[in-house]
Amino acid sequence: MDLTLVGQGLLSGFLFGGVYSLMAVGLTLIFGVMRVVNFAHGDMMVWGMYLAWLLSIRAGIDPYVGFLVCAAALFFFGLLIQRGLVERIVDAPHEMQILLMLGVALVLENAALVAFGPDPARVRSPLSQATVWIGPIFVDVARLVTFGLAMALTAALWLFLARTDLGRSMRAAADNPYGARVIGTDVRRVYAAAFGVGAACVGAAGALVSPILPFQPTSGLGLSVTSFNIVIIGGMGSLPGAFVGGILVSVAESMGAVFLSPSMKELVSFGLLIAILLFRPAGLFGKAAG
Amino acid sequence: MSLLDVSALTKRFGGLLAVGRLDLSMAKGEMLGLIGPNGAGKTTVFNLLSGFLRPDEGQIRFDGRSVVGLKPHQVCRLGMARTFQIVRPFPHLSVVDNVKVAALARHPVMTHALESARAVVERVGLGARAGALASGLTLADRKRLELARALATEPSLLLLDEVMAGLNATEIEAMVRLVTTINAGGISVLLIEHNMRAVMALSHRIVVLSFGEKIASGTPREVAADRRVIEAYLGEEYVHPPQA
Amino acid sequence: MRPLILLAVAILAALPWLVGSYLITVMIFIFFYAYLGQAWNIVGGYAGQLSAGHSAFVGIGGYAAALLSAHAGLSPWIGMWIGGSFAAVLGAVIGYLGFRFGLRGFYFVLLTVAFAEICRVIALNVDAVGGALGLYITFTGNARQFQFQDNRAYYYVALALMLGATAVVRAIETHRFGAYLTAIRQDESACEALGIDTLRVKMQAMVLSSFLTGVGGTFYAFYLFSLQPNAVFGIPLSVEIIIRPIVGGAGTVMGPILGSFILSPLAEISRSYFAQGGWNGLHLIVYGVLLIAVVLFLPQGAYPALRRLVRGRPA
Repeated sequence: MDLTLVGQGLLSGFLFGGVYSLMAVGLTLIFGVMRVVNFAHGDMMVWGMYLAWLLSIRAGIDPYVGFLVCAAALFFFGLLIQRGLVERIVDAPHEMQILLMLGVALVLENAALVAFGPDPARVRSPLSQATVWIGPIFVDVARLVTFGLAMALTAALWLFLARTDLGRSMRAAADNPYGARVIGTDVRRVYAAAFGVGAACVGAAGALVSPILPFQPTSGLGLSVTSFNIVIIGGMGSLPGAFVGGILVSVAESMGAVFLSPSMKELVSFGLLIAILLFRPAGLFGKAAG
Repeated sequence: MSLLDVSALTKRFGGLLAVGRLDLSMAKGEMLGLIGPNGAGKTTVFNLLSGFLRPDEGQIRFDGRSVVGLKPHQVCRLGMARTFQIVRPFPHLSVVDNVKVAALARHPVMTHALESARAVVERVGLGARAGALASGLTLADRKRLELARALATEPSLLLLDEVMAGLNATEIEAMVRLVTTINAGGISVLLIEHNMRAVMALSHRIVVLSFGEKIASGTPREVAADRRVIEAYLGEEYVHPPQA
Repeated sequence: MRPLILLAVAILAALPWLVGSYLITVMIFIFFYAYLGQAWNIVGGYAGQLSAGHSAFVGIGGYAAALLSAHAGLSPWIGMWIGGSFAAVLGAVIGYLGFRFGLRGFYFVLLTVAFAEICRVIALNVDAVGGALGLYITFTGNARQFQFQDNRAYYYVALALMLGATAVVRAIETHRFGAYLTAIRQDESACEALGIDTLRVKMQAMVLSSFLTGVGGTFYAFYLFSLQPNAVFGIPLSVEIIIRPIVGGAGTVMGPILGSFILSPLAEISRSYFAQGGWNGLHLIVYGVLLIAVVLFLPQGAYPALRRLVRGRPA
């Protein structure tokens, strides 16, 4: 086995993991606060990608700037979904919630198909072409920037949750959803903000990954499933779990690509998922069994 | 000969001792009351007996055979049926269909199960509500339904977890009569109950638990006179009577 | 009720001699998806275990029958039962892991999805079963090979599948097994306390459901003449399987059929009209909207609502 190849895989997996982390943090935030699994998560991400693409080709805005717009747009979209749909079923059986969000996912995915057609798209950034060498290993500058910005956003989210009143009530709601209701936090506002922020995370993740990952309307499903993998592996509702899980799954997949074949990299993460489900359903960072 | 023989039954949750070296024995046909302050471990005892929890130590012999390690459904098939403190009817089924599901354990053919269910529904006095959805019942009727389902599995020992809780005086009186009739019909009853009048009236013997351990046992009269019991349990109510 | 059912069956039996081949094709899809929905209904509807990986069973069944036919010369009429058995084995493995380890709701959904996705990745990567190209079945038109010159033959096979599965589900509903499934969906602990071996009952439901779904795989393969890993093992097929019984009424005998009569024509119309104009995803948007509407307004599905409508409001 060529060590350079392994090192290359480790590094690119690690860097790509930044986006996975951001995406999973968004999902786990929504779940943590509302106990609702956002089945449309990957499709929201795809819309983030297409928004970045539109901004880039229509307005010439680089995705590394445009991601802020994408995050804002998805924030409002998340708010809308929460107020219009999810709010009505927060207390419904899990099956009903899953089906509702599956409906949203179908609408989003196919609206993208109708709007943008089935062909793969990719956003160009001047940074996409550049590479730097670290010893025998080369790094895409784009990957590096994507990673850096994803980390910065995750850190900003962390500050928001730790330092602001709204953020703190979100964490309180996540720790104990019933407790938050009892102490009279404005639950509607906290829920809407959580869904909005979760959607903004995944929207930004989509925009940030758009220069390094080709995408198409049908990409959402796979991204959703990957997000689910990560949050289960990290522990449903656990923010550090989602963060570490994102990096872990990304590295595992790129190792799978190196040791098995690129088309079989998913086997590694699904294998990991099944093992976690069976032997540690609370996830690596979870508190109690699911 | 005894129907139920429990010896040195022990269960811990983390560091907390929920049930400690409990010995308990019931004769056939007996009605035994299990009382104690909240958190004394009474429901844990039921969960251990009925197979919902596995004891850390100790032995449970029912009808001469050990039931430790059996699944709840196996325990039920052997003739020990339980109710839940927080009743769990199947909300989308009618009263009689709820009971039918239980009767199927002994009568696998649907028409036979239905027949048996109807009889049980009549017996507990829910005949007029037989066709109603369980979700629409009053609490008193739901308690009866819970009891009816347990009865329909044709047990020789019935574990009743606070079937009087939340009922008014008239309803409690009716429930006491019902439980008496059931016991008179030959079914042994182990009863967790907070309503002192009911448990004193019903039980042949009473076992008192406090912090997971047996602190007293005897006839209702003996137990009521026991100083430890008054301190640990009755005392609370006698010293600080609830405000009307 | 009975004369009504006989009349409906008689009409469906006569239909192919009265209508054109396009409508026959539409009806075949209605029947076939109603069949798959009915198979899913056993575990997903009655038992309330939301499997989102049923495409795996279609794939296993289809691949088994097609490979046995191609390499061993085994007639798909026999292969379909073997394919169903393979699917049942996979169903037993998934069910055992899920039920034994107490995975509910979202966790069970993910377990089933993970297994289906693993099947898909394996089928894509193993050249012996066709790899990414998939499997193609050469058309012989030989009825012994489950191939028919006349579309009407497929029509009757699909109709028989749907009616057969419906008879099975009806029989389940009127026996102890069905009563247990319905009770398990509502409260498992209560069931255990009432002497029901819930693990065993759920396993039986899963095995029967995956077996029937696997049998359907043979029809899929020999009607479409090709098996593509992404199509046959993919999540979208699972969604197609799930959505009909849910829209029609999960856990009811008529739900999957009603759901299929509502959704399949819709899919077919938007596919044939809109796809030509490049509006490819439109029928799936309609699915999505319907799914949302059903969850919000008809959580029990269309059939119970329809029945209330027909029989009038209960007193």
